Amino acid sequence: MKILVCVTKTPETTARIAFKDNNSSFDTDGVQFIMNPYDEWYALVRALEWKEADGGSVAVVNVGPPANDTVIRKALAIGADEAYRINAEPQSSLAVAKQIAAFAKDKGFDAIFTGKESIDYNGSEMGAMLAELLDLPYVSFANYMDVSGNSATISRDIEGGSEVVEVETPFVLSASKGLAEQRIPNMRGIMMAKRKPLNVVEPVEANDLAVAVAYELPPAKTAVKLVDPDNMEELVRLLHEEAKVI
Amino acid sequence: MAVLVFAESQNGKFKKNAFEAVTYGARTAKAMGTDCIALCLGVAEGADQLGLYGASKVLHNGDESLNKLDSQVYTAAIAQAAEKTGANVVILSHSSTGKSLLGRLAARMDAGSVSGANAVPVTDNGFKVKKGVFSGKAYAWYEIKSDNKLISVMGNSIQPEQTGAEVGVESIELDLPASKITVKEVKRVEGTTPLPEAELVVSAGRGMKAPENWGIIEELADVLGATTACSRPVADTGWRPHHEHVGQTGIAIRPNLYIAVGISGAIQHLAGVNNSKVIVVINKDPEAPFFKAADYGVVADLFDVVPKLTEAIKALKAG
Repeated sequence: MKILVCVTKTPETTARIAFKDNNSSFDTDGVQFIMNPYDEWYALVRALEWKEADGGSVAVVNVGPPANDTVIRKALAIGADEAYRINAEPQSSLAVAKQIAAFAKDKGFDAIFTGKESIDYNGSEMGAMLAELLDLPYVSFANYMDVSGNSATISRDIEGGSEVVEVETPFVLSASKGLAEQRIPNMRGIMMAKRKPLNVVEPVEANDLAVAVAYELPPAKTAVKLVDPDNMEELVRLLHEEAKVI
Repeated sequence: MAVLVFAESQNGKFKKNAFEAVTYGARTAKAMGTDCIALCLGVAEGADQLGLYGASKVLHNGDESLNKLDSQVYTAAIAQAAEKTGANVVILSHSSTGKSLLGRLAARMDAGSVSGANAVPVTDNGFKVKKGVFSGKAYAWYEIKSDNKLISVMGNSIQPEQTGAEVGVESIELDLPASKITVKEVKRVEGTTPLPEAELVVSAGRGMKAPENWGIIEELADVLGATTACSRPVADTGWRPHHEHVGQTGIAIRPNLYIAVGISGAIQHLAGVNNSKVIVVINKDPEAPFFKAADYGVVADLFDVVPKLTEAIKALKAG
């Protein structure tokens, strides 16, 4: 099986979020970046498991500047065979998807995996966009996958439960929690990653049709109102009369 | 020019998210000086009610293949409906179905998209839409520059509002492709409101000490009519099912009331819940970071105070 995994770079989960230039752009000063957890922990690892079981290869692709190479090298250290970085810095999901679709179109991938969303812009759009641009079926929020030949049985998250679907390769999948177990790269993987190919691909033309123009932080919370533990009737009264939520 | 809302039905019935989406569509259409048209696919009981929420026209295609979600088939259906009605703005719910369709439709219609919008677009100078970013830690305003526009509406971010009247349901002819996905099984926990739609949520964490102690959480949720949730460590150790995990790498929710019991409030957990309208934190550690994000707090042993809270709510409901 020839599998493509799309990986993106996000601020690490405890990063302090701040904005600059009159709240028009994200302040990356002092922010540590990581591979998007859904891409790394679930999409990449499940692709590697598939390759380990049935043979084939796993390629990773990222759209971004040379600074993204550290994240791409990590994907290689975890076990991907080769990597591609499309040298562009789009500001919208659709422009990213157009870059990846143009790259993947003639490569004959049997499956394309993405994380279910990035933890920065939380769009959840990439898998669906790639599936449409490449005219492939799409299985979103996969939490379990069983493969037999060209056929995959996939369980996916839906509101309050799960749905089991069957699909044949080629297809696009977005990975949710449960699809695989996170792997930590070992020293051998890190050493080998340095010798694996990281190819730079020139971008195609793709315009941004929707862009973030301004940011806001949530209003600061007023100080917590502490309630006497022996007077839960008072808490209930506050929730009922003051907050009016029950 | 028109606004097309895909009103999602589940097992043939409309839920709150459909009424929220139609309300959102009607307000968007009003701001743009145009009409809001609702589209229903598959079995859709009570489609005429969508007019109450502001749809001036309700279109329906009941083809059997539409009773199961295949994003390819649904995308073809919605894109054709948009073309036939001349709609350039398409609104979806930000549900598992909506999220599976938004990107596909945006690619199909070459449209700028905003996923998980939490407010009606501002249209006086361009077309700007607000949404949560950085997993709830901030908001961003997106400007959509293309003629075609795609928006999915975050659950619980707009109150369904009945401003219109029932309208007749018209059928719409659509040319549907063959499905490449077979749905084998749908498993849903019946009887509880799924977390993304829940208005009241009772959540618990490691402070519960062991999975067999969850009875007091379930009782509290029961008297409130709330949905139960949990923190990541609790889901990771298998004390509670994964679909209950709220936070940055779990589900992001915005209920009216979030009661956090025995959860310290790590930044990753807060990211998924800090858009809740009111947060109550119960923790024996007065230094727990969650108190900084809380509206009401109780510093006490949860095993002592949760049953008392349950009794007090029972008294309110009986009163």
